[in-house]
Amino acid sequence: MNDMPRFPFRPQDRDPLIPPRFPFPDGIGQVELPTGQVAWLVTRHEDVRQVLRSADFSSNLTKPGFPAIRPIPPSEVSPLPGMFIRMDGADHAHFRRMLTPEFMIRHVRLLEPLIRDTVVGALDAMRASGAPADLIKWFALPVPSMVICHLLGVPYTDHGFFQERSRTMLAWATPIEAARAARDDLLGYLAKLVAAKQREGGEDLVSRLAAERVATGEMTADELIGMSMLLLVAGHETTSNMIGLSTLMLLQHPEEVRRLADKPEAIEDAVEELLRFLTIVRTGLPRVATADTEVGGQVIKAGEGVIAWLAGANHDETVFTDPDALDLSRGSHSHVAFGFGVHQCIGQPLARAELRIALEELLTRLPNLALAIDPAEVEFRDAVIFGAQRLPVTW
Amino acid sequence: MSRVEGDRSVCAGSGNCVRIAPDLFDQDDDEGLVVVLQPEPPPERDRAARQAENNCPTGAIKVTD
Repeated sequence: MNDMPRFPFRPQDRDPLIPPRFPFPDGIGQVELPTGQVAWLVTRHEDVRQVLRSADFSSNLTKPGFPAIRPIPPSEVSPLPGMFIRMDGADHAHFRRMLTPEFMIRHVRLLEPLIRDTVVGALDAMRASGAPADLIKWFALPVPSMVICHLLGVPYTDHGFFQERSRTMLAWATPIEAARAARDDLLGYLAKLVAAKQREGGEDLVSRLAAERVATGEMTADELIGMSMLLLVAGHETTSNMIGLSTLMLLQHPEEVRRLADKPEAIEDAVEELLRFLTIVRTGLPRVATADTEVGGQVIKAGEGVIAWLAGANHDETVFTDPDALDLSRGSHSHVAFGFGVHQCIGQPLARAELRIALEELLTRLPNLALAIDPAEVEFRDAVIFGAQRLPVTW
Repeated sequence: MSRVEGDRSVCAGSGNCVRIAPDLFDQDDDEGLVVVLQPEPPPERDRAARQAENNCPTGAIKVTD
């Protein structure tokens, strides 16, 4: 037991932007989690896709054996109503299908002018504040926050409140009580918001779900509150970390940026490569086996925990040649940065559009953008989602 | 000529197919689930159809010869 690798991996002696190396020559092996639980870590592209697509692996964290990536004892775990990322089968589909049309490509395209205005507005505000400025504070965090606020009908003036609580919930160092308090604060805030939308109505997503799903009995108000929290947190945390890290990555690869400047239509492939390379959900996706299943030549028994390690799959050299090298033109269509299977990120068209527009405007409006500190001094977030703490820049 | 099918009962509406091959796939306004626009795509779109099949996270797309 003593030589079993511990997971999540601690930073290794290499560029932190590159995901850690995994310790298993066969691509699968057992790791010890912070709770002392043992789980299978699945790292190959093919195996990660198999686990995430298979009905034999459950996302329901109340099932015995479900692997806890954070040091939270299973007895403390109570899934929130409406938190459909932790549901399986028909329960999951019931909630997800209320949202699929909202986030599909055709609808996100209609939001692009709003996204571009938001991006340009944030850049203008950053420039007006004077250099050096923290790109995370002025750009990477406000852009996705403003967009998701607009979609959900959450007043952006409350951004300090929800951003701080999201960060607390997601940071490793947060004690359980503090994480629960942050979550309860957010739920209380969203309960008031949902009640107001039920009374007053509106065109935003939460108002429409209240009128079309809660009033009709398809979901409860508590489920809408839980779903709203999921969308609010997922809608700003992930994309903001991707914008920050992508910028850092590009600043360190000026030759790739020059190639991009000569061929602006290549931005879509560049976004895919950044998603692949960085894989910000570095802790992977937890599942529990509900039947004995063979994965990568290993039999996983019912009741055993599995972690589908997205970062491993996205740096699998049998799928991506020279995976630890950034190649913006490689066309990384089969990466799993958004997960795989029925739970694959519902907001991916929105995330892609935000990332593309943010990078386009950043590179064209601030062509002399540069890091104001030594790259080695950039502090990274010790959190469920990987990101840079601050990114002081000049232009 | 290959034949393309989309199974709406397993589709999760992630939209990978629409991103990869917008001329072959769409999602409907009501449920956001897969709609096959060209069940028998021209040979030059065969590769795109197979890429959509391979990248579908739920295995909802089938391309047969």
